[in-house]
Amino acid sequence: MTGLRATALGVVVAAATAALTATAWAEPLRIGTEGAYPPFNMVNENGELHGFDIDIANALCERMERECTFVKQDWDGILPGLMAGKYDAIIASMSITEERKKAVDFTNHYYTNKLQFVGANEDDLDISAEALEGKSVGAQRATIAAQWLTENMPGVDAKLYDTQENAYLDLEAGRLDAVIADVLVNYEWLQSDAGAGFEFKGEPVFDNDLIGIAVRKGEEDLVEAFNTAIDEIVDDGTYAEINAKYFPFSIY
Amino acid sequence: MNIQVSLDVLPELLKGAWLTLQLLFISGFFGVLLAVPLAIARTSSLVLVRALPFAYIFFFRGTPLLVQLFLVYYGLSQFQVIQDSPILWPILREPYWCAIITFALHTAAYIAEILRGAIQAVPPGEIEAARALGMGRATTMGRIVLPRAARLALPAYGNELILMLKGSALASTITLLDLTGMARTVIARNYMPVETFLAAGLIYMTITFVLVRGLRWVEHRTSAHTRARPADVAGAGPGLPAPPRRGARD
Repeated sequence: MTGLRATALGVVVAAATAALTATAWAEPLRIGTEGAYPPFNMVNENGELHGFDIDIANALCERMERECTFVKQDWDGILPGLMAGKYDAIIASMSITEERKKAVDFTNHYYTNKLQFVGANEDDLDISAEALEGKSVGAQRATIAAQWLTENMPGVDAKLYDTQENAYLDLEAGRLDAVIADVLVNYEWLQSDAGAGFEFKGEPVFDNDLIGIAVRKGEEDLVEAFNTAIDEIVDDGTYAEINAKYFPFSIY
Repeated sequence: MNIQVSLDVLPELLKGAWLTLQLLFISGFFGVLLAVPLAIARTSSLVLVRALPFAYIFFFRGTPLLVQLFLVYYGLSQFQVIQDSPILWPILREPYWCAIITFALHTAAYIAEILRGAIQAVPPGEIEAARALGMGRATTMGRIVLPRAARLALPAYGNELILMLKGSALASTITLLDLTGMARTVIARNYMPVETFLAAGLIYMTITFVLVRGLRWVEHRTSAHTRARPADVAGAGPGLPAPPRRGARD
């Protein structure tokens, strides 16, 4: 009797394990993104994610023949979230940096970015480190812009925001003399009504900022799959199509 | 886990803790100042006098602190009138003062409710005694009711102070580098959230511990009349009847 039960239990456990393993393969790829970084990733009125990053992610998933689901995550917790297994990849306009490479692996870049200051039209702003000394400059916390600002201009009063949108709000409110951010994000904002009274200040200060997809360390297969898919969408014109939706120039 | 990281980030986190303490005590001070008139008005027998503090407390207890903080910091700065004001803008443009104003308004609502309860808990006999001695309403309030209510409110106020300590972490959302803001900025650089937040958590716990001990001390100092008098003092007293030993026997 007991033996029979044990056997029956064994069968159930084995079946359950098999079922779990099978679902593990069919599991959708979970992609972490921020959703507050127009035009790359943002949320529309219905709460749905959209933007350049999302379009690229969907195109890549289609290539890789994987079902993808998106997980919205605040920016400054986005790397810890990946490492904690809340999602499998970050497609959120993340710069490939040496510091981040210590924590995660990156795919090849899927676009190239620059950093540039923006400020008020009527303000004749000089963006040299000396001229900006003591001035308030905003950036998003835990971004390459924030890192560049604190490393290269230690004299400025750096204000760090949870989202890029909040940094722009404070620039509009007049609390900031300038904001430093990705040139493409600044470009989008300057086109909007809110950015009407503002313009780029000076030349881009950092111009080889490669944006990649972050995955947990040691997942070479996933990196390989992403890299192949990136090459494919660039080659077959899908990338150019998505690019044209957002920018009249190539950002690859 | 790497404990060394937790130790390495301590100096920076302590700088953040200093800002956290400033936010807590300055907003706490203004909060109490605001809470006293609110609580008195709240216990008034006139409906119209009661209505204003009621609405105030209802709003500040009914909405999240984060929403209040954003309304003050991002909301008020949207108005051109405020940006052009030579008095308001120098204060409201600073995240530091926005945080202190919001925290003070928020905590005042809670303290006012605690005080209201305490004022109503003052034994009516003591108020009648004050009146019998010829004290007017204002004198009774200032000399008898408020001091008694303050003592009654103390334990609950300690709880509110500790809640505000942790609530002050929201200052990090408006660019302030308080303990939490500093921790988040450090994590952006070292990618060691567990170690860094652990160190920050230990600092919060230490502050809480000191606050609790401090409040306990104040409670002890202000409750001498409820404890037994030392025997020698009682024996050498100037012939007054011994006070009731409430604390000792009850």
